[in-house]
Amino acid sequence: MSVDPSRRPAVRASELPTRPIGRASTLAMDFHLQRADFGLAVTVEVPLEGVTAVFGASGSGKTTLLRAVAGFERPDRGRVVAGTDTWFDSATRTDVPPHRRPAGFMFQDTRLFTHLDVAGNLDFAAQRAVAGGGFDRADVVTALDLEPLLHRRTGSLSGGERQRVALGRTLLTRPRILLLDEPLAALERERKADILPYLEGALSRFGIPTLYVSHDIDEVARFADRMLLLSAGRVQAHGPTPQMLERLDLQPAMGRFEAGVLLAGRVLRRDPRLHLTWVDVGGDEIAVPEITGAGGAEVRLRIRARDVALATRRPEGISIRNVLPGTLLELTPGDAGFVEALVELRAARIRSRLTLAAVEELRLEPGMSVFALVKTVSFGV
Amino acid sequence: MDLGPVWLTLLLATVTTVGLLLLGTPVAYWLARTKSRAKPVVEAVTALPLVLPPTVLGFYLLVALGPLSPVGGFWLELTGEALTFSFSGLVVASLIYSLPFMVQPLASAFEALGDGPFEAAASLRASPLAAFVHVAVPQSARGFLTAVVLTFTHTIGEFGVVLMVGGNIPGETRVVSIAIYEHVETLRYAEAHALSAGLVAFSFAVLVAVYALNRRFPPHVG
Repeated sequence: MSVDPSRRPAVRASELPTRPIGRASTLAMDFHLQRADFGLAVTVEVPLEGVTAVFGASGSGKTTLLRAVAGFERPDRGRVVAGTDTWFDSATRTDVPPHRRPAGFMFQDTRLFTHLDVAGNLDFAAQRAVAGGGFDRADVVTALDLEPLLHRRTGSLSGGERQRVALGRTLLTRPRILLLDEPLAALERERKADILPYLEGALSRFGIPTLYVSHDIDEVARFADRMLLLSAGRVQAHGPTPQMLERLDLQPAMGRFEAGVLLAGRVLRRDPRLHLTWVDVGGDEIAVPEITGAGGAEVRLRIRARDVALATRRPEGISIRNVLPGTLLELTPGDAGFVEALVELRAARIRSRLTLAAVEELRLEPGMSVFALVKTVSFGV
Repeated sequence: MDLGPVWLTLLLATVTTVGLLLLGTPVAYWLARTKSRAKPVVEAVTALPLVLPPTVLGFYLLVALGPLSPVGGFWLELTGEALTFSFSGLVVASLIYSLPFMVQPLASAFEALGDGPFEAAASLRASPLAAFVHVAVPQSARGFLTAVVLTFTHTIGEFGVVLMVGGNIPGETRVVSIAIYEHVETLRYAEAHALSAGLVAFSFAVLVAVYALNRRFPPHVG
């Protein structure tokens, strides 16, 4: 459950330029790759724009997919085409070597060069950057707050610092596409919270199309524009993140308790004394724990179905801050006595996970007016 | 005391070590990175000098480098002197004899790096050559130190091959090990002692220096 943007001033949403908009080209991945104990067969095209999360369980082929795009794994047959450039095509025996593909790969284990200090690692990349402007070393150093680390040995960095340096190093090659392989997976939860704002800020600040491998649905919900769901080496589904998160049929792949909705909203106002922020979601006001996005800043609220309760009348004397009137659209029986309810709010839709017992007692039926109850504290920050 | 053999030995060891750095490094790198099926064959060839008796190696080198052989004949025509029983011939012999001592430590060092640094370098748009020069070499500093010291000291200690190919010509092929042998044969033990003790002290000092240095080069892992 997450709310953003986060608290780092360096990446305050209002300061970030918007991503360049144009006719986005695509990254076409259409290949088959067989290894001794594992096969990957994909046919999918994703826009070279924004952040595409490659999501799936361990062993579903996420990293292999990314490595094939980078050229570290050679498919048995098929094609990898970025925009108008063919990087791999078994039919024409095209296989552009990894160092000639303008793709920046960031490894989960960072792989910083141990014989160089932080500045040396950044220079290694900057000297080999793809020609063209956009941003330079100073921009990256500022955005990721690397100045204090420049003269440190890589061995003396903390996990979060290593990830920041690795991201900076990758950005400095000015890649046309960023390939991030679970950049946060090696970090403990608090370190993650420290680095997420940097990552998020850098992704929008530099506007490089990104494939982002993750198995953490919160990360995905937080900044992926679309999702590519992999399951056992196949693309199970792909599409915009909000729709993907709502799809019930994908829930087994996303985790039983993670289903919910992702709502886009704008910061309305804040109350520093109560540490609350009100977000406007299509006409409904939702109170969440305080966030520092400026008024008008766009935020995403992820609301898990299990955190939403329904009432048939507006409850009184209740601690729950968010009581949202709506219409019950559908009830979908789940497994083990659970029912998924979909409720239409003013403009957005919200999901609620109920017990079958509650549905029967309240005699819930599609078309009924209901109130969706969401506890403010259920939005982790 | 005649210091001629000492200087000659140091010169031979230096030339051999530098030559093998240039020749052995690419071989070691190829061995460490290749997926070719020829790898075991090349590995075996580079390891042969380790297992063959120096006399076998010396014998074949003598035949191969002699003025009647293609190589020896070509060298004679080119320089006007024979490869056998000359300093040049000793260098050629030493390059072959000491090859494993350069190649094996380097190959292990390169292999220990794994794919990680190479993929990282490629992802940062470094060509394979740049990855080798700017990443693999500096990260294998320890391997280079070991290889250089082993090659140098091993060349100093070589005897059988030198005797077979070079004989015992003062100022040309009479290195320390040969000089010691001759001193003993002619019962001049004092001179034999001086050279032998010198060699022991020198080798010990070099090894201590290397191990001390090694501690300051942390292995580059990860």
